[in-house]
Amino acid sequence: MSSVETTSVRTAGRPSSGGRRLPLSWVGAVPFLGYVGVFLLLPTVIVAVGAFTVGDGYGLSNFNELTQPFLVRSFENSVILSASTALIGGVFGALMAYAVAIGNPDGILRRLVTSACGVLAQFGGVTLAFAFIATIAQQGFVTLFLLQHGIDIYANGIWLFKLPGLVLVYSYFQIPLMVLVFLPALDGIRPQWREATESLGGGTWHYWRYVAGPLLLPAFLGSSLLLFANAFSAYATAAALINQGGIVVPLQIANAMTSEVGLHSASFASALALAMVVIVATVMVLYSLLQRRTARWLR
Amino acid sequence: MSRSRRARQRLFRWVVLVLLGAFLLVPIGAMFEFSTRGATAGSRTLASWTAIPTYPDLVASIVASLQLAVITSLGVLLLLVPTMIWTRLRLPWLRPILEFICLLPLTIPAIVLVVGLAPTYRWVSYYLSDSVLTLAFAYLILVLPFTYRALDAGLSAIDIKTLSEAARSLGAGWATVMLRIIVPNMRSALLNAGLLSVALVLGEYTIANLLNFHNLQVAIYHLGRADAGVSIAVAVASLLFAFLILTVLAFVGRPPSLVAFSEDA
Repeated sequence: MSSVETTSVRTAGRPSSGGRRLPLSWVGAVPFLGYVGVFLLLPTVIVAVGAFTVGDGYGLSNFNELTQPFLVRSFENSVILSASTALIGGVFGALMAYAVAIGNPDGILRRLVTSACGVLAQFGGVTLAFAFIATIAQQGFVTLFLLQHGIDIYANGIWLFKLPGLVLVYSYFQIPLMVLVFLPALDGIRPQWREATESLGGGTWHYWRYVAGPLLLPAFLGSSLLLFANAFSAYATAAALINQGGIVVPLQIANAMTSEVGLHSASFASALALAMVVIVATVMVLYSLLQRRTARWLR
Repeated sequence: MSRSRRARQRLFRWVVLVLLGAFLLVPIGAMFEFSTRGATAGSRTLASWTAIPTYPDLVASIVASLQLAVITSLGVLLLLVPTMIWTRLRLPWLRPILEFICLLPLTIPAIVLVVGLAPTYRWVSYYLSDSVLTLAFAYLILVLPFTYRALDAGLSAIDIKTLSEAARSLGAGWATVMLRIIVPNMRSALLNAGLLSVALVLGEYTIANLLNFHNLQVAIYHLGRADAGVSIAVAVASLLFAFLILTVLAFVGRPPSLVAFSEDA
């Protein structure tokens, strides 16, 4: 057929590119791709390759070392910490989000709470650790106040610088994060659904058990998974609160990275890091699947 | 809605907000209290606050962190804005890839990234510079997911295809389209993205600490061992600064209106 027709078919198929006369339009993306190539993709590749590097060759022995008891303990601690703060943050964050959602959608309270949560969800690391030291360490404000009233929170030993302390401190940024990610799902709930339940003779229990509960469950589970990943990958807060040892995996990675002992410590750190990425990535994939499930009904 | 249910809801609402609000506010209040403690029990002093300038390392780290915040927020906008506009206009097939790359740092935590960055930074410090400001290279990556989302929201709110076609048909070059047509229409998204980066950079500890650079958070941490009062005072100050920035953001960073093009008619 004639060449004119071929051309018109092509343009119709790719209406937005129009790039046949300017095949160099991809050059515009080069600076960005080059930058992330060097500072994001290359480090990722370095970690992935390093994890399988043994001496001058390749092998799996770095992963065998992950089964050492003290590392298994750190992985267990990390999972316990992430799961418990995901649950605590999830439940209390959902309650707080609900308290905000039933109020005036344009009200000052909602605005104040959401913007405060935006700050506090990012509030971690040294400042947060210090805030809790000032609050409930031995000389903390709340500790001293309770002591004056005859309550010694450290009667059974100081738990702030151990796993229970981390659970408390992590909850501080998990609850606001849950408010931020769960609020859109609550906003998707329509009052008509409640009215429909009531017109069919259902009460509050029926509404939550058969209507709102099943609709919100995927969103709740998805948001909790995000919280899990968030806690699992957090380093700064734990490092600032507990300065020695490797109670959780991120601290072990830091130890392996800075340790002077053993020539293989860099590749060992990579193996730990890769194991962590695999866990976080799995959780994030599950999260996005649940988000998609949520989007089917809400919004 | 029945009256009793409304009353129950109101009670629930206030109980939850007061209790959780207390949990979130008490630690911040406690930092204030701690940083103003006097030598004897019950007395108050601002000595910790006035001592801040007497620690030269601390002052240097504050300056470094502020510089890093400015470099990072400008750098990420310079890198991301043209690429995102160009992708939307000319390379639509690249958009999912761009989004994937920008959100990747959420799955690759800073503690993992720093393991891979260490060799790169040995190279940077050898050939380029060993200044603390080189941290901006890594920070640009850290802030990508947040700035991408802010900018994406801004770009989705305006019809950049129509705007750019109109400008092009009137003879504007691509630079004019970006700088004088699209950028002015997404001012609040740019401000949003920039301020978010500032807040994130000021709070960064992981990468700086493990690459042995002294930024604000690392300095606060080290000072905490020598003088807890001063370090907590600085921590409160930096937190308040972040609050201030993000409050500005909450009130300025509304979705941009479309007034810009209806006025021309």
